[in-house]
Amino acid sequence: MKIALPMSILLAATLAACSTAPTQEPASVAQPKPAASVPETKVTPAPAPAKAAPVAPKDPFAELKDPKSLLSQRNVFFDYNSYEVKLDFFPVVEAHSKFLKKNTTGKVLIQGNADERGSSEYNLALGQKRAEAVKTTLKLLGVKEDQIEAVSLGKEKPKNPGHDEAAWAENRRADILYKGEY
Amino acid sequence: MQSKSSMQRRHFLLASSALTLVPALARAELTVEISGLGNERIPIAITVFGGENVLPKPISDVIRADLERTGLFRLVDAGDQPMADISRPDWASWRTKGADVLLAGSVKRLPDGNAEATFRLYDIVKQAEQKSAVLSFRFELGRNAGHWIADRVYEQLLGVPGVFSTQIAYVQKSGRHYMLQIAEYDGANPVSAFTDDEPIISPAWSPDGKRVAYVSFALKKPVIYVQTIATGNRQVVANFKGSNSAPAWSPDGKRLAIVLTKDGLSQIYLVNLDGGGLRRLMQSSGIDTEPCFSSDGKWLYFTSDRSGGPQIYRVSVDGGEAQRVTYEGSYNVSPHLSPDGKTLAYIGRNGGKFQLTVQDLGSQQTLILTDTVKDEAPTFAPNGRLILYATEVGGRGVLSAVSVDGKIRYKPLQGNGDIREPAWGPLAT
Repeated sequence: MKIALPMSILLAATLAACSTAPTQEPASVAQPKPAASVPETKVTPAPAPAKAAPVAPKDPFAELKDPKSLLSQRNVFFDYNSYEVKLDFFPVVEAHSKFLKKNTTGKVLIQGNADERGSSEYNLALGQKRAEAVKTTLKLLGVKEDQIEAVSLGKEKPKNPGHDEAAWAENRRADILYKGEY
Repeated sequence: MQSKSSMQRRHFLLASSALTLVPALARAELTVEISGLGNERIPIAITVFGGENVLPKPISDVIRADLERTGLFRLVDAGDQPMADISRPDWASWRTKGADVLLAGSVKRLPDGNAEATFRLYDIVKQAEQKSAVLSFRFELGRNAGHWIADRVYEQLLGVPGVFSTQIAYVQKSGRHYMLQIAEYDGANPVSAFTDDEPIISPAWSPDGKRVAYVSFALKKPVIYVQTIATGNRQVVANFKGSNSAPAWSPDGKRLAIVLTKDGLSQIYLVNLDGGGLRRLMQSSGIDTEPCFSSDGKWLYFTSDRSGGPQIYRVSVDGGEAQRVTYEGSYNVSPHLSPDGKTLAYIGRNGGKFQLTVQDLGSQQTLILTDTVKDEAPTFAPNGRLILYATEVGGRGVLSAVSVDGKIRYKPLQGNGDIREPAWGPLAT
């Protein structure tokens, strides 16, 4: 079956492959040409035929940075006093589980966070619960244990340094990082 | 008049060379709030020590500041001249000035280039010498010599060890930088033991005061390190899969209690200093964290939310059933046990306020010691008389202290940025 991909998706995939990628493959660097005579040639994809075969990106990990892909979404937010992955975030977690099952060399670090109220160590443990919740969901979806590490930053690295409910809500969060990104 | 006390000749050596490293920027020290202190303070006259101008800072100034900072002494004006003969006090004159106790002394330079200080402590009421000693020290350690003398005076008069020669550790965050600082007991002269752009939490002193354990996030996850203060050498003690945190030293210095998530949720384990001999202490259905050994090494106090919310429990280090200790309020964390094992300090949440609280483990009576709202990380002075803790004033992280009965309070210790995570070091061995 041939799948027609919109031009924008093809373009995004091609550009994504050329942009700074995670260190799975060396990124290709465009060499600057001498300015004088020859006009600089840009890399442009040829216009796609109406029914082109899907072009798989050369670097599978490039998908992780594609803003159009659920894989570029890395944050799972939690309600107050809650340590379960809400339904809203299931599609994101599922997208990452599919990626990890397809790319078995990929590894994720899930960093859990807590809002600022309370002791550093108890909040470290609460943040861990959030990371564990995402890890458990990934495993239930078939990802292997050795591809996932769940850790906590507690309240030590708040995304929002404020002291109100909006800030606290932003900090009750688990982040998915792929090895090579940190 | 014959002196009844023995002349003690002692060579004083600095315990750690960490204090020769580059000092950090914070300069403020803990200051006692004099208002509210009663007349139960001991009126003491501390004279200028003859010859003390050979030292960078007059030793009698250090002693006066130390003793006044306890809130237990009231300084009587001793004039600006040393006693002509420190062995012959004018009893009547000192009595008239209102002093119950007199400390006099002298300092001289030794042929080998070191300094020597002599002090005599007198009971003015009984007209008798209580204590005297001579100590020699390197010139640059004049401040430490002052602390040593203040310790001897404090012990003699109160029957409890002084803590003027002890150190505190804390974490200072300034901009993007985190610094593990080690300072004198009142916050003076801090020195950075470790600096990083990632957070540092939970510093914990070894019982001999030579090493400090802490948690660093340099590897994007919490990992436990132990660092030798004198050399700066450090080793990873725990980097298991998941989070590694909350190190606490056993009193014999051979093991750490730590919190790992390698088997799921946060649970307490014991591990040897070389990272081997890992043993899980309990299996609980919730979070177990913040272990703290009793001084006899037999019990671990810790925080657990197995009952639904965090409370403080204790368990034998051999394992077994944990006993719940705190019953008031729905959120009690960060236990720290007094050296004599009779009082538990912790943070209790009262109507949204996080406050330093003590519980008498005999009567189970509790007492809230502060009126601030974001208290954290209580740590007992090693003589059990004071509790140092972190709190927030004007939106900044600061340290403060309070006596265990709540009567003596201190103005906060501030620095550049936020100061948190205090840990009070042991008595000098």
